[in-house]
Amino acid sequence: MSTDPATDDTLVDASRTTLMDGFRVLGVAIRREPWVFTLSTLGSVLFGALTVADAWVLGWSTDHVLLPAFRTGETSAGLLWAVLALFVGVAILRAVGIVARRLGAGVMQYRMQAAYRREVTSQYLRLPMAWHQRHPTGQLLSNANADVEAAWAPIAPLPMAVGTVAMMAIAVAQMLLVDLTMAVVGLMVFPLVTVATLTYQHFSSPLFTRIQALRAELSEIAHESFDGAMVVKTLGREAEETERFAAKANELRDLGIRVGRIRAVFDPILEAIPSLGVLAVLGVGVYQIQHGNAGAGDVVTIAYLLTIVAFPIRSIGWLLGEFPRSVVGFRRVHRVLDEPVRTTYGDATLAATGTGARLEVDRLGFGYPGGAALLDELSFTVEPGQTVAIVGETAAGKSTLTTLLTRLVDPGTGRVLVDGTDVRDLAPGQLAGHAALVPQTAFLFDDTVRGNVTLGEDVSDEDVWAALRTAQADGFVAALPHGLDSRLGERGTTLSGGQRQRLSLARALVRHPRLLILDDATSAVDPEVEARILAAMRSTRADADAAGSTLVLIAYRKATIALADEVLFLADGRIADRGAHEDLLLRNPAYAHLVNAYETTAAEVVAGE
Amino acid sequence: MSEAIGAATAMDSGENISAWATIKRGAEISPELKQGFWGTMALALLGTAGRVVVPIAVQQTLDKGINGPNGVDQSYVVAMALLAAAAMVLTGISSYLMTARLFTTAERGLATLRIKAFRHVHDLPLLTQNTERRGALVSRVTSDVDQVSQFLVFGGIIGIISVGQIVVATVIMLFYSWQLTIVVWVCFLPLFGSLQYFQRRLSESYGTVRQMVGQMLSVVAEPVVGALVVRTHAIEDRTQARIDDSIRRYQAASTRAQGLTAFSFSLGGLSGGLANALVLIVGIWLGFDGQITSGEVLAFAFLVTLFVSPVQMGTQVLTDGQNAIAGWRRVIGILDTPADLDDPGTTGEQLPHEPLGIAFDHVEFRYPDGPPVLIDVDLEIEPGTRVAVVGETGSGKTTFAKVLTRLMDPTAGSVRLAGHDLRDVGFASLRRRVVLVPQEGFLFDSSLRDNVLYGDLAAGTERIREAIDELGLTDWLDGLPHGLDTRVGQRGESLSAGERQLVALIRAHLADPDLLVLDEATSAVDPALEMRIGRALEALMSGRTSVTIAHRLTTAENADEVIVFDRGRVAQRGPHQALVAEGGIYGRLHASWTAQQS
Repeated sequence: MSTDPATDDTLVDASRTTLMDGFRVLGVAIRREPWVFTLSTLGSVLFGALTVADAWVLGWSTDHVLLPAFRTGETSAGLLWAVLALFVGVAILRAVGIVARRLGAGVMQYRMQAAYRREVTSQYLRLPMAWHQRHPTGQLLSNANADVEAAWAPIAPLPMAVGTVAMMAIAVAQMLLVDLTMAVVGLMVFPLVTVATLTYQHFSSPLFTRIQALRAELSEIAHESFDGAMVVKTLGREAEETERFAAKANELRDLGIRVGRIRAVFDPILEAIPSLGVLAVLGVGVYQIQHGNAGAGDVVTIAYLLTIVAFPIRSIGWLLGEFPRSVVGFRRVHRVLDEPVRTTYGDATLAATGTGARLEVDRLGFGYPGGAALLDELSFTVEPGQTVAIVGETAAGKSTLTTLLTRLVDPGTGRVLVDGTDVRDLAPGQLAGHAALVPQTAFLFDDTVRGNVTLGEDVSDEDVWAALRTAQADGFVAALPHGLDSRLGERGTTLSGGQRQRLSLARALVRHPRLLILDDATSAVDPEVEARILAAMRSTRADADAAGSTLVLIAYRKATIALADEVLFLADGRIADRGAHEDLLLRNPAYAHLVNAYETTAAEVVAGE
Repeated sequence: MSEAIGAATAMDSGENISAWATIKRGAEISPELKQGFWGTMALALLGTAGRVVVPIAVQQTLDKGINGPNGVDQSYVVAMALLAAAAMVLTGISSYLMTARLFTTAERGLATLRIKAFRHVHDLPLLTQNTERRGALVSRVTSDVDQVSQFLVFGGIIGIISVGQIVVATVIMLFYSWQLTIVVWVCFLPLFGSLQYFQRRLSESYGTVRQMVGQMLSVVAEPVVGALVVRTHAIEDRTQARIDDSIRRYQAASTRAQGLTAFSFSLGGLSGGLANALVLIVGIWLGFDGQITSGEVLAFAFLVTLFVSPVQMGTQVLTDGQNAIAGWRRVIGILDTPADLDDPGTTGEQLPHEPLGIAFDHVEFRYPDGPPVLIDVDLEIEPGTRVAVVGETGSGKTTFAKVLTRLMDPTAGSVRLAGHDLRDVGFASLRRRVVLVPQEGFLFDSSLRDNVLYGDLAAGTERIREAIDELGLTDWLDGLPHGLDTRVGQRGESLSAGERQLVALIRAHLADPDLLVLDEATSAVDPALEMRIGRALEALMSGRTSVTIAHRLTTAENADEVIVFDRGRVAQRGPHQALVAEGGIYGRLHASWTAQQS
């Protein structure tokens, strides 16, 4: 999925204001984790202050212990202990500062990452199916992972940078107190470093932005290619797929190298500036000493302070360096978080009657954006306990209808009513509690067989086995190494398409839905097994009270259709005809042609022989 | 099924190799990493030397030029400043060259690693078998490689410089006073000693972190990949709870690792403080013997700081390195998992462009540690025959198709096409002449045209339209909003399951194979259309060999020959009518089919 030009433009614009936006992103984190931030910053300031104190300890030891000792040829154990205590004491406090700073930064970063991951995923759960269909899987996964990580990456160097600022303030104050002229010369270092850092950002930001986008594209290609592995393998297209991946990987490589060149230029410059500052201080210092404006010790102090602060200044560079990635990641995540959840719910509830639900479809209209209307003024009613088969040609809109019935998608016009209530007026979870859809393609979770059937609900093993039995899945589940506890998914068992469909069916059956919708849900199952499933469903329905669950079937096979009390023949987005299967066969040639195709062909073959 | 597990285990066993072995193997896979390595090292050393010279020159200037015994010595200051400036220029140039070279080799090497790993994933059995593992595979060719590259270019620079600086600082310290150098090293010995312990602990911690990341990625994918199921069963709360749990565990593991990192990093400072104090104390003691001057002791104290910071940076790099090496190991783990099938490549035999005869010679197939799925399948199929394969679920039909098209190799016996053992045929020729159409028509997120072109990259619009017409699908194509340019969406989901199967058939038709294997390839289209396509396919199959796996017996009725599988064996074979008369399994299947039709 390539980024469209419009997005690229916004990204370029974005890089200009990256600095401000970067601070804004950090502001969000600081507001959400004020205490951890304060703790780690205090640690960092402690570290900074003690780094300066180190210079003071060295100076004190030199003046009070070292020089007198060399002058007089003697010293006292007390003084030596004092030296040891001072150095080690400062070192221990500094270590405490380091641990507080780094652990604090880590805790803050991981907390923000965790919070945002939770928010993004819960937003995924809230957003409607239609939204999901519009967005590539790879992109959504990278929003929840790589982008969240990028957004909060600057938290890691943040306390260090803040501590450095504090340290710089202390150093600057000290320098000013010592000698104004030399201090001013020395202080030139800070703006120079800032300018160099900003220039570096200016050149590298757009590249980093592009790199991040490329990483996402690369991940999307890999996802799709591995998803379609069967096609790639059976048609021998591995080389072409590799080429497609390699093109992006190489683009990424070339950008990486360009970033490296830029960094190679700025690294030595950033390092040289403080040293140049020291040299300048020395030059001015010599002049000052010769004119009696300063003492030798003053020069030493200022030069030393500059040396100490020089390295940590770069942590500000690291912080700013994370900004472009962070801002882009933050924006990408917020594109998801800020998506309005337009699905609205009412507070109506459905009565748990234990009998089938009444389904009414009222002048339903639906079309995908930019396409012709798929469903047009569609109306029909299914009485409680009735079984209805919906029959229509390939691509007639049958699957779309099932998504409207279960409110995965809201219709363009018209209404879907369950027990007389518009499904849009139902409270969240109500519809799913009473209706279940078994889709054409089964999805299984990285969980046990039991977990995949119960989906976390408290269901007895007996009920699970009963559902598996009805779905004709008990046989192969019992044969799995750990029965119900066998793990499917990442490191578990792989099932065939038909087996997956049967688990998916059992998952719906175990909930005893009052409205059950099967969207060609047994297409990958053998006819014999399918016949057994249908028979089992029929008998369990017979066992229950007269009005069992209401059943809507999307089907082609006659045996499946035969189960229905009524058949709705869907053509051109409308109900072209409805009635009992036998009646439709007699009076509707189009219907007869569609469902009799197998026999007709067989008859032709027999006649031809 | 257990084959996938076997391969997965093999893939993970590669993750136990040592750090050094990982680097060696990594350099073998990406030879670019070794290119100009020593040149980069030499530049690094030069840059480091310059780095140390600058502060020392400054120190000397302060000590002797300004603070010296004879007061301010202006010429000395100027000389030293010039020397320092020259050193800076030299350092700068070598630093530039080193960084640029390091980025170039690292990025080149890792692009190679990434591409090789991607290609290899397509050769692994788990990909076609274990759909749930795909997310983890993607992360190996993306984020794991990114992690290595980040480390090599950023950590790499710091690591090289740090080591160089430790060496240079030690040499200079020795030049000042060997006794004090020993004092410094003694202070750092406990740190170096504890390093191994901490590295092991860190390695474990980061191993746990990587594991937690993997689990989290898999669970975080649920609301995206399983969006439909989550909604239809309203299990948002359960899904969120699972996600929260995995996020929490990942967070806890990361925090633990970070705590350990921070603690081990802080130790360097303790050694540094101790070293500073002892240098002064021992320096004074040496001074009493007249072995050292106060200036030298001070200079030495200054050198200690040059020693401390790279030690600290170095331990940090080692820690980051643990994480990066874990990632590297995971990528190498893929490359070192043997592919299930060996492609004889260009030296392989070529299949002739003519209807292919099939011969199964006592073929057995079993997954590792599993019961046999195909048992002693021994049959010959004449060139140009239309064969239908039927049998119950789990009878071995699909395995038969996979072994026939060499998606898997038999565990015993051999499969020959036109007399060539499949294992000796080059993949290029095999995939050109033999095409399998699977049940699930997977489409790429692109146009319809791009998708059918997978069958024949050279086909023009005219040829595509012709192929669609030959399959009797022109009406369908004309009904699509943008014809061949219609976008099919993610995995082709803008189209219905039946339409996806149509695209797969067009693809196969364009590929123009000599052996066409259809594995329930029209199960999701409506009966009328299926029959229409069936007739079209029959016409197309004349002059080729075809094997159709079907659960609708109409297909079997129209075939030249039917092969009935039962529990991995060929139970019956012959023309439809003969088999119906024979009864047995086929008779039962036929009865059930007929019953369903009424």
